[in-house]
Amino acid sequence: MPDASARRAVEAVWRIESARIVATLTRYTHDFALAEDLAQDALAEALAAWPAHGVPANPGAWLVAVAKRRAIDGWRRAAARDEKYARLAHEHGIDETDAGTETPWDPDAIDDDVLRLVFIACHPVLSREASVALTLRTVGGLTTDEIARAFLVPVATVQQRIVRAKKTLAAAAVPFEVPPREEYPARLSAVLSVLYLIFNEGYAAASGAEWMRADLAREALRLARVLAELVPREPEVHGLAALMEFLVARFPARLDADGNPILLADQDRARWDRTLIARGRAALARADALGRGRGSYGLQAAIAECHDVAASVDETDWARIVVLYEALGRIAPSPVVELNRAVALSMAEGPATALRLVDELVAAGSLGGYGPLPGVRGELLARLGRAEEARAEFARAIAQTANDRERAVLEGKLRAL
Amino acid sequence: MPKFMLIMRGTDEAKAAFENVDFTEVLAVMGKYNESMLKAGVMVGGEGLSPEAGLVVDFDQNPPVVTDGPYGETKELFNGFWVLDVPTIEEAAEWAKRAPLTPGNKLEIRRIQGPEDFPADNEWVKKEQEWIEHGYRDPDA
Repeated sequence: MPDASARRAVEAVWRIESARIVATLTRYTHDFALAEDLAQDALAEALAAWPAHGVPANPGAWLVAVAKRRAIDGWRRAAARDEKYARLAHEHGIDETDAGTETPWDPDAIDDDVLRLVFIACHPVLSREASVALTLRTVGGLTTDEIARAFLVPVATVQQRIVRAKKTLAAAAVPFEVPPREEYPARLSAVLSVLYLIFNEGYAAASGAEWMRADLAREALRLARVLAELVPREPEVHGLAALMEFLVARFPARLDADGNPILLADQDRARWDRTLIARGRAALARADALGRGRGSYGLQAAIAECHDVAASVDETDWARIVVLYEALGRIAPSPVVELNRAVALSMAEGPATALRLVDELVAAGSLGGYGPLPGVRGELLARLGRAEEARAEFARAIAQTANDRERAVLEGKLRAL
Repeated sequence: MPKFMLIMRGTDEAKAAFENVDFTEVLAVMGKYNESMLKAGVMVGGEGLSPEAGLVVDFDQNPPVVTDGPYGETKELFNGFWVLDVPTIEEAAEWAKRAPLTPGNKLEIRRIQGPEDFPADNEWVKKEQEWIEHGYRDPDA
């Protein structure tokens, strides 16, 4: 096996096993930070050994056995200094496992442990950046290099974030547990927002490193699918998974040959991924079947679904999108939602109604200084034939934007007037 | 993310060995394997093919000849497939290695082509996607 291919084989094993390995080791050592270090050491050992000797028959068991051996060695060394470690080394010394063929974890309990791991990685004592890095590394099984490439930051920065995150978790004595009932909704919502953040980091990117960032959005989708199986009775998890399925489905049509983003209206819908759209619909149906209504992710998924099942912009059910945005605006009010509702309204009922809504929102202060406002207003005015006012709005939008591509689009619209 | 198909083939011997195993046990073992891939968020499809004999349409002659299957000399029957949504073929292979299959069976791993593999402006490529999406519409109707 050539080196690069052997390395990819090790990484493939790691992506499949990392969450269960770190979860198993956390249960074993009662110390998440140590477990994570041990797992990384075992991975390093695999990268050194497997390319030469081949991937073992049960790679997960091999990695866990190596990590446990290292844990015991560490405790033995520390035992000389500290009674506590002597006890740990003694307790664990007898069950030192061989890298045999037995599964190193209890299949019925491992899902609960992986869920505990997810809750640790997305714990509220951590910064968002730290949670993102820790979730991708421990739950997603990405290497530090991959995370650094995906976020366009130096490897050292990612390493530092992870080290600090582990210190913070230790300082806060965060337990390895699924949060108690009273904290559960807020904690789950924090997990979902970390996954959504990872997704958006990949989805919104339109830079030179596009391919890697699309991979990041896909990794977020995979993590959402994993979470949906871990907590299948939570409608918003299915809602988030559905939303990601619908958006990733459009990836094959999102960029032109030069790598420039293509607007939804101009995308070649024949290129959208039908398998993922079907999965999105199934995930949304699972959320609905729980009978607790749609939350903000479910509603966003439903909006994305309207687009994904429409053959063209004209055949889109805009009236339904307007209603969905209204509902979304009530449970998660934001200028983005309001402005999107106005755009949908312009498609459903024409630019005059939409302009009235936008001006009402401006008068009510609901849009704040939201960036895209002049651009949207300019578009509506242009469609109403009020060219002079449209020009003024586009000029304002051009002056405001820091994004080159967006400026080019706006200048095009200005010229077309 | 590329999709990969794991194509399952088995010899007659493998098939015969399989028939001696308790079917409930087979269902449980295969079910666990599928569940592990669903839980990992990587399995997006899969079907099994019925073991009863099929037909083969052979294009060596014109018009093609229809005979009883299977085709080929290897007697390795195509028994079913999984579709996995994973970033690399190595990850697909790692999942394939975990399949609860016995000697005489093989899994071939092939990447499934997506729209990116075809010229975007080809009329027939576009039509085909339309059919998948909306069903065939007679353009003259």
